[in-house]
Amino acid sequence: MRTQFAIARAYVTSRPRQTLVSVLGVMMGVGFYVGISALMQGFQEDFVRRIVDISPHVIIRDEFRLAPIQPVADRNPASTVEIRGVKPRDEPRGIRSADAILEALAREPGMAIAPTLLGQAFLRYGGKDTAVNLLGVEPEKERRVSSLERDLIDGKLDDLAENANGIIVGIGIAKKTGLVRGSNVSVVSGYGVTLQMKVVGIFETGIVSLDDAQAYVHLKKNQVLQRRTDVVNQIRIRLTDIDRADEVARTIEARHAYKTESWRESNQNIFGIFVIQNGIMYSTVGAILVVSGFGIYNIVSTVVNEKRHDVAILKSIGFSETDIRRIFLMQGLIVGIIGTALGWLLGFLLIQLLASIRFDIQGMIRTQGFVLNRSILSYAVAGGIAIAVSALAAYLPARKAAALNPVDVIRGGA
Amino acid sequence: MDGHMPPRVREPIVSLDGVTRILTDGPAPVTLVADIAMEVFPGEVVAVTGPSGSGKSSLIYLIGLLDEPTRGRIVLDGRDATRASRSEREIMRLEKIGFVFQFHFLLPEFSATDNIMLPMRKLGRLGEMAMRARAAELLGQFGLGAAGHKRPHQLSGGERQRVAIARALANDPLLVIADEPTGNLDSRNSAIVFDMFRRLTREQGKAVIVVTHDLDLARTVDRQIRLVDGRVVDGGLATA
Ligand SMILES: Nc1ncnc2c1ncn2[C@@H]1O[C@H](COP(=O)(O)OP(=O)(O)OP(=O)(O)O)[C@@H](O)[C@H]1O
Ligand SMILES: [Mg+2]
Repeated sequence: MRTQFAIARAYVTSRPRQTLVSVLGVMMGVGFYVGISALMQGFQEDFVRRIVDISPHVIIRDEFRLAPIQPVADRNPASTVEIRGVKPRDEPRGIRSADAILEALAREPGMAIAPTLLGQAFLRYGGKDTAVNLLGVEPEKERRVSSLERDLIDGKLDDLAENANGIIVGIGIAKKTGLVRGSNVSVVSGYGVTLQMKVVGIFETGIVSLDDAQAYVHLKKNQVLQRRTDVVNQIRIRLTDIDRADEVARTIEARHAYKTESWRESNQNIFGIFVIQNGIMYSTVGAILVVSGFGIYNIVSTVVNEKRHDVAILKSIGFSETDIRRIFLMQGLIVGIIGTALGWLLGFLLIQLLASIRFDIQGMIRTQGFVLNRSILSYAVAGGIAIAVSALAAYLPARKAAALNPVDVIRGGA
Repeated sequence: MDGHMPPRVREPIVSLDGVTRILTDGPAPVTLVADIAMEVFPGEVVAVTGPSGSGKSSLIYLIGLLDEPTRGRIVLDGRDATRASRSEREIMRLEKIGFVFQFHFLLPEFSATDNIMLPMRKLGRLGEMAMRARAAELLGQFGLGAAGHKRPHQLSGGERQRVAIARALANDPLLVIADEPTGNLDSRNSAIVFDMFRRLTREQGKAVIVVTHDLDLARTVDRQIRLVDGRVVDGGLATA
């Protein structure tokens, strides 16, 4: 084995320039794999972390997954008369049995629950109307299901008292409208109700869709604005164990029929984008690794052709086909391993470089720099793939070398 | 009853019986050698001669177990090589046979010493120090004591061929097979090589089979086997 290795090592250096190109190919593949997966995973995990941190883990909505059967159709299911164009009954929306659900959930361990009413409203300030998603909350309950209190950069959650007309707006709204803490603003609902309110707080979550469009008032105030006294249309739940979210959501929906979403389901479209993103990134980087395999195939084939004399004399000495195959496999693996080691270094440096870049952008989230996942796993995966590719790429020419008939070569002479 | 069989003094190192090699992979079958019967004993240098294309190389590839006969039997050191598996034949080559070709076939990336050590390393019987010592001893015998560290391109043609012969002897084989080893050498270097063969056989009891076109050199050996058209016409079996 040591002899084969010594020969393989000599062959690695027999064509330095071509070998270097193959090594660089592997290095690029491994390096970019490590760098890009740190970037992608860092971004995605950060996003999930923020979502999980900021929003409730489960939301019960006043909707059903299937459109309700209208009474007129229900009356005679066996009827041969088909009824078309039924105008659905206007139901007053809201979770009807909210109190019962809240009571039932209150007995469950490991969750905090908050009843809320979500509606649309305009903030009229300085002659401009700004549409917001207005969430009516009970401050003492809301503080336990979302990070609203922590996200306040100005003001206090307690100021959303029942009788004072407090409103908390997102930083994006504040910037757009010029509202500051203490500003008086008219809040106009779609039902024609207008309340004079006072900004008591400004929050910033970093999730742009929230910061730019969300505002909070007391639950009772929103019930007045939306003309829905005592109505709740979202029950927000926070779990101590977020991995139970899907299961909890399913159980609640099965029991109470209302559409109940876990944070995973609520953000499904974004996770779908992540899957596509990952697919594109990893196939690009995978392609680099495959191309590096061609490099190794090329260098090993070249050396096999050049070293036919060596193979012939080694076989005539008594080296077996396995010995010969191993020599060229090792040659490919040496290239793969050196490339991997350099690739790890490149990946590490890429991550350092990305980490040092500062910028301020608002995409799906607001961020000042790349969030990077420095998991050792991506080094291992990249190295594993690179070495497997090297072995495979070297195996084909190695097998050809092993099958070489020494008599043919020796007859060919010098 | 006078028919006492005389005691067999010497067993042949290699004996061939009815050996025929026909190539069938081309458009028409080609007979390389036919019906060869020959024996080579310890202590002999045997020259194989014959016109170009008469099958000399083909014959020694068969004797050296690099090729397999279509028919016939090759017995090497008492073992029927034609019945051995491929790995058994590899081991027989490694332990019992040393090859020398017209071209030296030294590995260009390795020093003279490392080239000589290759068969020893593959055999794996000696430790590193012992292998080095043996390589140095062989180099000394061939007047290359100072050239051990040199790579093939730093040696002259004659020196390279001597290193190649030293490599063939590394595992102390019973049989040395050489195909025109002096084909690229001048007469002085050729004489050195043939002297070496004589010494090996006289002093160490090995056998040497050497293919040569040089009839003057051929006359200096113990026995000549003449091939014509793939058949032995003279000298295959030692006559008392
Ligand atoms: N692979 C092959 N296909 C067809 N014919 C072959 C093949 N190998 C050898 N021959 C033929 O077999 C015959 C014997 O060849 P061989 O090399 O044994 O001759 P040789 O006596 O060593 O000749 P030389 O003195 O020129 O080296 C030649 O006629 C040669 O052309
Ligand atoms: Mg020949």
